[in-house]
Amino acid sequence: MITKRIIPCLDVRAGRVVKGVNFEGLSDVSSPVELARYYSDNGADELVFYDITASFEGRQLFTDILREVASTIFIPLTVGGGINTVDDFDRVLKCGADKVSVNSGAIRNPSLVYEAAQKYGDQCVVLSVDAKRVDGEFRVFAKGGREDTGMEAISWIKRCVGMGAGEVVVNSIDTDGVKKGFDIEMLRAVCDAVNVPVIASGGAGGTADFVKLFKNIPDIDAGLAASIFHFGEVAIPDLKRELRDNDIIVRL
Amino acid sequence: MIAVIDYGVGNLFSLCSSLKSIGADTVVTSDIETIKKADKLILPGVGAFADAARLLHERGLDTVIKEQVAGGKEILGICLGMQLLFEKSYEYGEHEGLGLLRGSVVPMQGVIPASLKIPHIGWNALHFTRESRLMRYINEGDCVYFVHSYFASDCADSVIATAEYGEQLTAAVERGNVMGCQFHPEKSGTVGLNILRAFCEEVAK
Repeated sequence: MITKRIIPCLDVRAGRVVKGVNFEGLSDVSSPVELARYYSDNGADELVFYDITASFEGRQLFTDILREVASTIFIPLTVGGGINTVDDFDRVLKCGADKVSVNSGAIRNPSLVYEAAQKYGDQCVVLSVDAKRVDGEFRVFAKGGREDTGMEAISWIKRCVGMGAGEVVVNSIDTDGVKKGFDIEMLRAVCDAVNVPVIASGGAGGTADFVKLFKNIPDIDAGLAASIFHFGEVAIPDLKRELRDNDIIVRL
Repeated sequence: MIAVIDYGVGNLFSLCSSLKSIGADTVVTSDIETIKKADKLILPGVGAFADAARLLHERGLDTVIKEQVAGGKEILGICLGMQLLFEKSYEYGEHEGLGLLRGSVVPMQGVIPASLKIPHIGWNALHFTRESRLMRYINEGDCVYFVHSYFASDCADSVIATAEYGEQLTAAVERGNVMGCQFHPEKSGTVGLNILRAFCEEVAK
């Protein structure tokens, strides 16, 4: 059977990974290439790079970095941040990305999902959603979680999957940064609504949270996290052994 | 020299980078003379079977591939490139493939349990059905990265590895000088690089 994926997420600004990391043996802790190799050698099933630069120069630098990462790391790479047009898809795919994640770009222009899926295939288009509980429903937030769009999240996700999103990353703003576990309720609601892979994000504080995630929602495909991996609080090989000991199928 | 056949389908960046990383002398080409001169061929591809078969035909590449393989040249098909090695595909209709291997490409839908998601996407373990050259550096149970909605069927004489996804799906094939992977070796970490190395290396006769 297909293994459950563990995915570290790296934020890149001006060609450097932000949020310093703390691993022994890394000479340059904010080099995207070194970090990508470290994770790839240490059990990551996939890597997500978020480009958090806004400037044109920064964007150029990001694609250079991406090309370098993709030349040396041979696991699937997903790229997000600043993806607003089909040309943006083209730009990062040419540099070796396998999947492209859209968030605010799809909110501004939902047909982006359809156009990109038509051109590159559903498997290439990842919908990323920041969601939060408002008035008894899950609401989609834009601009990195700062702006309530007024859209209900489950119907938004269903609509995008209908247009060709081949995978969904669900980031719960309610649990993000709290480190008390993933948002099981929200994630289950998404898994029940769509038949494409769903990736859980937001809230992982330790190994037990991943075990709980995969045990509680057998349909969930992957768990994504940033700081707990970067700060060495959770080592992916240890996490995967723990998952395996709990009868969850992983790639070791 | 290994010719990676470029016929306008899919992105060759990662494949070429991975071949470079194992030290393979590679050229990306759609030129018939270059293909004739190459020691081995790699046929990549993602997307729809019918489009890919048409593009190969329009460029006269189907003829040269068949001719070169008949002359003993080794070929490795990857993903859609592997599916193209077969006689036909039932992806949106019925389409003719290169016919280098016996069998046909069929949809997973209706074959695997409805509860499983399609495409089959992610890391899955290989189960060897027999010994092969392509898999000689890797182990039973090693995981590789798949992305596909159709699979090769009725190919008992060429299948060397399967992956369990509701059914045992054809994961890799080898018959004489014709080899193929349904998964992406260029996205399967060290395991994938070792499969590419097994293909690229010269074997002592």
